Amino acid sequence: MSPYTVIIGLEVHVQLATESKLFCGCSTAFGAAPNTQICPVCLGMPGALPVMNRKAFELSLRTAAAINCQIARFTKWDRKQYYYPDLPKGYQISQYDLPFSHDGWLEISDPKGKFEPKRVGIIRAHLEEDAGKSMHDERAGLADSQIDLNRTGTPLLEIVSQPDMRSPAEAKAFLSELKLLLTYLGVSDCNMQEGSLRVDGNINLHIDTPGGKVATPIVEIKNMNSFRAVERALAYEAERLYEVWQETGQKLGDVPKQTRGWDDAANVTRGQRHKEESSDYRYFPDPDLVPVTVTDAVVEQVLASLGEMPVALRTRLETEFGLSAYDSDVLVNQGRALVDYFLHVATATGDGKLASNWLQQDVLRMLNERNWDIAAFPVTAPALAVLLKKVQAGELITSRAREVLQAMIDTGRSADEVMREKGIEQVDETELVALCQELVAANPKVAEDFKAGKMQAIGSLVGQAKKKNPNVNPGRVRELLIEALGKL
Amino acid sequence: MSLTRQDVEKVALLARLRLSTNELDALTEQLSKVVGYVEQLGELDTEGVAPMAHAVEVTNVFRDDAVQPSLPREQALASAPHHDDACFLVPAVLGD
Repeated sequence: MSPYTVIIGLEVHVQLATESKLFCGCSTAFGAAPNTQICPVCLGMPGALPVMNRKAFELSLRTAAAINCQIARFTKWDRKQYYYPDLPKGYQISQYDLPFSHDGWLEISDPKGKFEPKRVGIIRAHLEEDAGKSMHDERAGLADSQIDLNRTGTPLLEIVSQPDMRSPAEAKAFLSELKLLLTYLGVSDCNMQEGSLRVDGNINLHIDTPGGKVATPIVEIKNMNSFRAVERALAYEAERLYEVWQETGQKLGDVPKQTRGWDDAANVTRGQRHKEESSDYRYFPDPDLVPVTVTDAVVEQVLASLGEMPVALRTRLETEFGLSAYDSDVLVNQGRALVDYFLHVATATGDGKLASNWLQQDVLRMLNERNWDIAAFPVTAPALAVLLKKVQAGELITSRAREVLQAMIDTGRSADEVMREKGIEQVDETELVALCQELVAANPKVAEDFKAGKMQAIGSLVGQAKKKNPNVNPGRVRELLIEALGKL
Repeated sequence: MSLTRQDVEKVALLARLRLSTNELDALTEQLSKVVGYVEQLGELDTEGVAPMAHAVEVTNVFRDDAVQPSLPREQALASAPHHDDACFLVPAVLGD
């Protein structure tokens, strides 16, 4: 039993999938040559006027609605002032006291049961602009840092959770679920390598002492560049906080909030500059941007257009198709396109478990092997359904069906075409009976062994049957052999 | 309300301004006057008046999500004190 409870809240920045920036028409495409996607608005030139990107606001509304947030009917943008070389205006356009959404939640669960399903509260989600990038090559011994402002003004959705997570595993689950949701909504590509999804964590401990519960100071952790890094950094920090508390006894409020950066290679967090108090940002309403009002009708429209979210979809796969929580989780986590593929195959065959098994064991394995998206998979859902129906009808045994599927993948042909080419056909029952009788007659030794109670003797006859005709169903052959031997 | 020297020092630090003692004295006095001037607004009775978010009574001004040409890089970098033809150059930014 741990002597403390870990309290974790997350701040997630999501880059919205717009073509152009939040306040100007510069492209948001990743990877362009430095400073080729900037204009007077990005540079904060005097007289430049920012104008809000409609799509960015719409994507924000969709996301907020999907994480069950209240949508504000009146919202505005504020200037958050600080000096940093990657922020040419000297302020970031953000939202302070009237964010466009607040008070939502996201449900998390673990199919392996590492923690109980729970709702993680969302304090707020607001829309702001990104800053540029500064680069410093210490090894080159340069005196200057380079600034690339291409990213300046890219729309970011900041999502702030309640401190509702109680373990690094829960924090990771929250991020995975949020990422999945954002992918389903199509609001972001969520590529962490390209910075489309960035995560900061706030963590402290509630320690049980003889005098009651004690809260330690809160630490903010940055530079976590993968979900795995988030989990490891939080686990490391929880232990470090406990050690610091044992050494110093410092409680919440004794010292200012500290910011620490995660060093993934060294597996440690390191102290960074002290965070300025929020009053130091001197927020005030941005006079360049007018407020935005949202009507009830718009909110209803957004809610109606969301479609089925991952949580609902998992439940549907479990109740309608009889899948286990684990299986529905695997399929839903692959994204909507794969779920649609599953739904088609499961409905056409009327057997969700069969469809799920083939998707997980054959389709997903192949997608991983070849690094394909389901859209690139050469066998369509109707084509796979045709194949599986043959398995259901007993026309094909599973191992042969696998061969057929492989050929369908390699050649792009239908199950029927492949079977014709390979000479795979269902063997007529009378033909099968004749074959078995012939084998029994030609192998008196086997018949003797069988009569002596050696059931395994049949195996060699089944093998011979398969050799004579690869299309035979070994299970049926066995049954017929036993019948024929019994009559002797 | 009058500002203290400490208030002005803090604001100067946030604005990355280095002030001499004389400037600090002069600015403390001048800024106090500015604040005092604005403070006259406090005499008004604003009971029941909703806070104003913007001076213009216009809302929902949007543009379509369409890419427009950016500046040629040469031109974007032209007014920077230092650049290397690709990036702006600034005194070393180390750490975070």
